[in-house]
Amino acid sequence: MIPELGHYALVLALALALAQAIVPLAGVRTGDAALMSVARPTALAQLLFAALAFAALTICYVQSDFSVLNVAENSHSTMPLIYKITSVWGNHEGSMLLWVLILALFGALLAQFGRNIPLDLQAASLAVQAVIAVSFYLFVLLTSNPFTRLAQPPFEGRDLNPILQDPGLAIHPPLLYVGYVGFSVAFSFAAAALLIGRIDAAWARWVRPWTLTAWIFLTLGIAMGSYWAYYELGWGGWWFWDPVENASLMPWLAGTALLHSALVMEKRDALKVWTVLLAILTFSLSLIGTFLVRSGVLTSVHAFATDPTRGVFILAILVMFIGGSLTLFAWRAPMLRQGGLFAPISREGSLVFNNLFLTTGCATVFVGTLYPLALEATTGDKISVGAPFFDMTFGPLMVPLLIAVPFGPLLAWKRGDILGAAQRLLAAAALAILALGVTFMIQGKSVLAPFGIGLAVFVIVGALTDVAERTALFRTSLANSLRRAVGLPRSAWGTAVAHVGLGVMLLGIVGESQWNIERIVAMKAGDTTTVGRYELTLDGMQQRAGPNFTEVLVNFTVREGGAVVTTLSPSKRAFASRQMATTEAALMRHGVSQLYVSLGDVGEDGTVAVRAYDKPLVLLIWLGTLVMAVGGGLSLSDRRLRVGAPRPSKAKLGLQPAE
Amino acid sequence: MTRKQRRFTLIAGGVAVLAVAVGLILHALDDNIAFFTSPTELSEKPVGPGTRLRIGGLVQPGSVVRPTKLDVRFEVTDGNKAVPVTYTGILPDLFREGQGVVAEGMMEPGGVFKADTVLAKHDEKYMPREVADALKKQGHWQTDYDKAGAKAPAGSPASPAAGSPAAPGAAPGASSALPAPVGTAVAGATR
Repeated sequence: MIPELGHYALVLALALALAQAIVPLAGVRTGDAALMSVARPTALAQLLFAALAFAALTICYVQSDFSVLNVAENSHSTMPLIYKITSVWGNHEGSMLLWVLILALFGALLAQFGRNIPLDLQAASLAVQAVIAVSFYLFVLLTSNPFTRLAQPPFEGRDLNPILQDPGLAIHPPLLYVGYVGFSVAFSFAAAALLIGRIDAAWARWVRPWTLTAWIFLTLGIAMGSYWAYYELGWGGWWFWDPVENASLMPWLAGTALLHSALVMEKRDALKVWTVLLAILTFSLSLIGTFLVRSGVLTSVHAFATDPTRGVFILAILVMFIGGSLTLFAWRAPMLRQGGLFAPISREGSLVFNNLFLTTGCATVFVGTLYPLALEATTGDKISVGAPFFDMTFGPLMVPLLIAVPFGPLLAWKRGDILGAAQRLLAAAALAILALGVTFMIQGKSVLAPFGIGLAVFVIVGALTDVAERTALFRTSLANSLRRAVGLPRSAWGTAVAHVGLGVMLLGIVGESQWNIERIVAMKAGDTTTVGRYELTLDGMQQRAGPNFTEVLVNFTVREGGAVVTTLSPSKRAFASRQMATTEAALMRHGVSQLYVSLGDVGEDGTVAVRAYDKPLVLLIWLGTLVMAVGGGLSLSDRRLRVGAPRPSKAKLGLQPAE
Repeated sequence: MTRKQRRFTLIAGGVAVLAVAVGLILHALDDNIAFFTSPTELSEKPVGPGTRLRIGGLVQPGSVVRPTKLDVRFEVTDGNKAVPVTYTGILPDLFREGQGVVAEGMMEPGGVFKADTVLAKHDEKYMPREVADALKKQGHWQTDYDKAGAKAPAGSPASPAAGSPAAPGAAPGASSALPAPVGTAVAGATR
């Protein structure tokens, strides 16, 4: 009964979405406020029914109702409860249900908290949001119904893919989806503005919190996925330039560009056409990501050989939204009024610079990801584009951008003084060169590492310089500076913190990629091997049974200079229900670095293939992304951006202080 | 600065950055891509040493030899021809005889393929698409699998397809897919 209720709720959500798509648009067209007001309640009701459908599927999983095909294929009665719940989105159908649930959630939030937005803009945005929802409800219902029943239910399910039975992966998809789907709000706003033909600085102010929210979640989602791959896949890599990773990186890059261009639009009323285009492109890239992952056109862990009708369906959705929105853009964008003038050297100019490099970087990732597809479609040749391609194209493009990061916030709006900014960055540059020199002295064989460390230090100190300048640190009394720091807008803090996070992440990337020590050896009990400054001794093995697996633990003692530091026990798990094995790496943190021990084959004669790494600074990669997300959060909490904040009066709007 | 000049600066800057990007892409595409071939294609059109390749097929049952714990030799077959492959390092957890595999590396002068990366299929439902295509080309693909997958009585114990090249065990149409976790590569091993 519960699956049928869920199915029915989903159909009702579709019906509500249809109403929400058609009625408010008719209202916008005829100027009928009553019709426009339909958008709000339908959006809220749509969330209710989407949530009901999702809850129904969750109940099926919790109860291990194997009469539901989806549950039988992806769950097992002995699985811990937490994984029974996360199994809901650990498969194609369930994850698409989560997708539409989050879409409905954003629609409802927009309806609930967007009361300060003009009625026509809100109604049109919600209508566009509903059009997206309709196509995805249809996709779920027609091609990926999670509620399909089995005539003869099996006694036991086939279990969730063991590599997904992990807390990291439990929260990764929801975070990522909130990010992906959150950009739909910016898209809907852009399409609505084009439909209405009115766009101004206030528009950017309304769009920014939504974009920022999506961006924060996408940042966290990508970082979570990266950390999961690092410890779960057992070979210590944190980014593989896998098509599916690229699929999430592209919207992130475009979304980051959007955040920055929306700033120009909000403060200076410039770059309108570009910002609207970016809003469209960002969500389009999210859709392309969904297509790449869900259609199975690319070889990847995520891309299973799937039902071709799904691929075609998503492709149709993709063509409809990207084609439709770009057509709308080409048709309506020329009507948009030109904005304020600015000199190339100015805050606006630096943000344009940022956008130029981020979008170009995004384009290189796009080419590298889709070129194999295009080539196969045209010549039939099958190729793979690996990490070296991205290192050679994306890498160099990010260098000028990173150098420019500290300059941006120090330039004035409209016309900036680059020499003045450079002067203020002297301390940062000096520290960067010092770091470069020291790194080179300590470890002189590569040029890349010292340069990378220097650049990272420049970004971090440069971001702090901005705060120091704004609080007049060292130029006035400390108390005065403190008072200024408290009075500083949260968005200024957010910018500085996010940029510091970027630098910290860069430190981690440089450390991990340049000084990573890898050791692969075959060991027996009693053998010792050295990794960096640690000695690793294999003590022995033991068998253990988990809830739905059995594992072989291999115990190591870690010594540093003869003294015992800790013991590590990486393991090999065997999952009977899927006849699969996974490797659980063992990690030891020292400072922000990690010792990483993972296993290969465990032989019958007691020999074990051991993979051990010393990964300097590796934790900074994820710590940096976390700091970036915190920066985003600070920005979001800025009073002027708060979603529910009272609407500033018209007169004030025109006179916002430029900062 | 007039609007015209400003626009010109912007466009010139944009074009310059794009030109650099295009240059980088063309340069990188020159030597950082690997073509995918099947063992049959490789025997028909041999590729000289020094070109990066990906070979896909099934691990020939009975061909896996380990001279030492970390060295491994095996053959990749598409049911018609087989290519000997050597690899040093730790193989992915899912590497098994009779299962789908993709090896990336270069041909050595003696006709042996030296792999630096080995990718194995991920579970009984997953098969690298190139491998599936290569097997289909050789006629070793049961088309029932294409259809059966969707209707297959789920919950029936996953049939271990090991040892049977004609039943690669991949059931296209079967629904399991990961929910887009970032940061996953095909389970593999790289040296």
